[in-house]
Amino acid sequence: MLAKRIIPCLDIRDGRVVKGKNFEGIRDVDDPVAMARYYNASGADELVFYDITASFEGRKLFTEMVRDVASQIFIPLTVGGGIESVDDFERVLTSGADKVSVNSGALKNPELIGEAAKKYGDQCVVLSIDCKRVGSEFHVFSKGGRVDTGRKLKEWAKEGTERGAGEIVLNSMDTDGVRQGFDLPMLAELSEMNVPIIASGGAGSIEDFKALFETLPKVTAGLAASIFHYRTVKIDELKRYLNDNGVNVRLV
Amino acid sequence: MIAVIDYDVGNLFSLQASLSALSVDSVLTGDPEVIHRADGIILPGVGAFGDAADKLEQYGLKDCLRSEAASGKMMLGICLGMQLLFEESEEYGRHEGLGLLKGKVRSLREAIQNPEAIVPHMGWNELETARKDELTGGLPEHPFVYFVHSYYADECEDSLVAYAEYEGVKVPGIVRRENVVGMQFHPEKSGSVGLALLKAFADMCGRKE
Repeated sequence: MLAKRIIPCLDIRDGRVVKGKNFEGIRDVDDPVAMARYYNASGADELVFYDITASFEGRKLFTEMVRDVASQIFIPLTVGGGIESVDDFERVLTSGADKVSVNSGALKNPELIGEAAKKYGDQCVVLSIDCKRVGSEFHVFSKGGRVDTGRKLKEWAKEGTERGAGEIVLNSMDTDGVRQGFDLPMLAELSEMNVPIIASGGAGSIEDFKALFETLPKVTAGLAASIFHYRTVKIDELKRYLNDNGVNVRLV
Repeated sequence: MIAVIDYDVGNLFSLQASLSALSVDSVLTGDPEVIHRADGIILPGVGAFGDAADKLEQYGLKDCLRSEAASGKMMLGICLGMQLLFEESEEYGRHEGLGLLKGKVRSLREAIQNPEAIVPHMGWNELETARKDELTGGLPEHPFVYFVHSYYADECEDSLVAYAEYEGVKVPGIVRRENVVGMQFHPEKSGSVGLALLKAFADMCGRKE
């Protein structure tokens, strides 16, 4: 039986981790490689790096950083942020990433999903979806949550997987940063999908992960950023807790 | 020195990085002379069986790998590289493998009863021991390793060392017959357990710098 995955997500700007100022226990707190090592040692099952730099120079630093991380951390590595073409896939995959996460680039050009899946395999293409309630509907947003595309969550998720996305990260903009738990009703919208679903947005405590995996058996992973960075939730403790509560996890 | 076989299949960055983290010398090569001089061989692989088997043939590597295996040199096939060690595969038609291990490669989708099950088998799964082996002797309790695949080795009981359970199917994880070893999962992506397995293999190749 597959283990449920716990995935920290690191936002990177100009080669440094953003929101990385006040962590305890890591000497160079802004250093992505040091943070990746810490997460690797504490039992993270996968790491996600998002490139939020705008400049060409920043992008080059990012690629170098992915290479540094990939040469020292031997767990799966997903990279996203600004992916708009098959060339972008190539750039990060040859730097050592295992999977590539697409969001706005796929909304702008849905064929990108199929082109990349055909070239690198479905397992390489992660469709990341930013979603928010609009009236009674779940709408998909692009450009880092700034633009309502008018697309509905279920339809876009279905189209994405039919085009070849091998995994979906669903980021709830409604629960993001609220720390009162994952957005279970929104995630339940994807219960018919035949690909792994990664829940993102809203985790505030170890109990939130337990509720996630118990309520929605099809969700295979929980992703979070600041609660891990600030050690509100420590991954090794979280996994022991989940294990004690009957959730199958990889203990290190 | 371990020869990592280069036949245009997939990204070998992590594999080479993990060998270098273990201080194991490796060279990426498709040259039979270099392969012949190496202390051990790793056959990686990502993609479809047929294409990979054709490329091995095209680069003249099938005969080379068969004769190296026959000479007793340690050889490790990873993921698709493990599947290529078997007699044949049913992935998109019938394709002949290297025939170094007894068994056939079959579709996981067809073997799984539950139609809603997710294929590929992707993620961390626990290895269960089928028989004791020097390779797995040093592993911790509940060793989890990282799988990504849609086909699996069937009828390979004689070489089975460890397997993982997925949707009611016993998926062979580690196989071995004497000097020929296969790992269906990616040891280079399986954290400390994966590194321990690569190190055990490198030690068996008789040299680690």
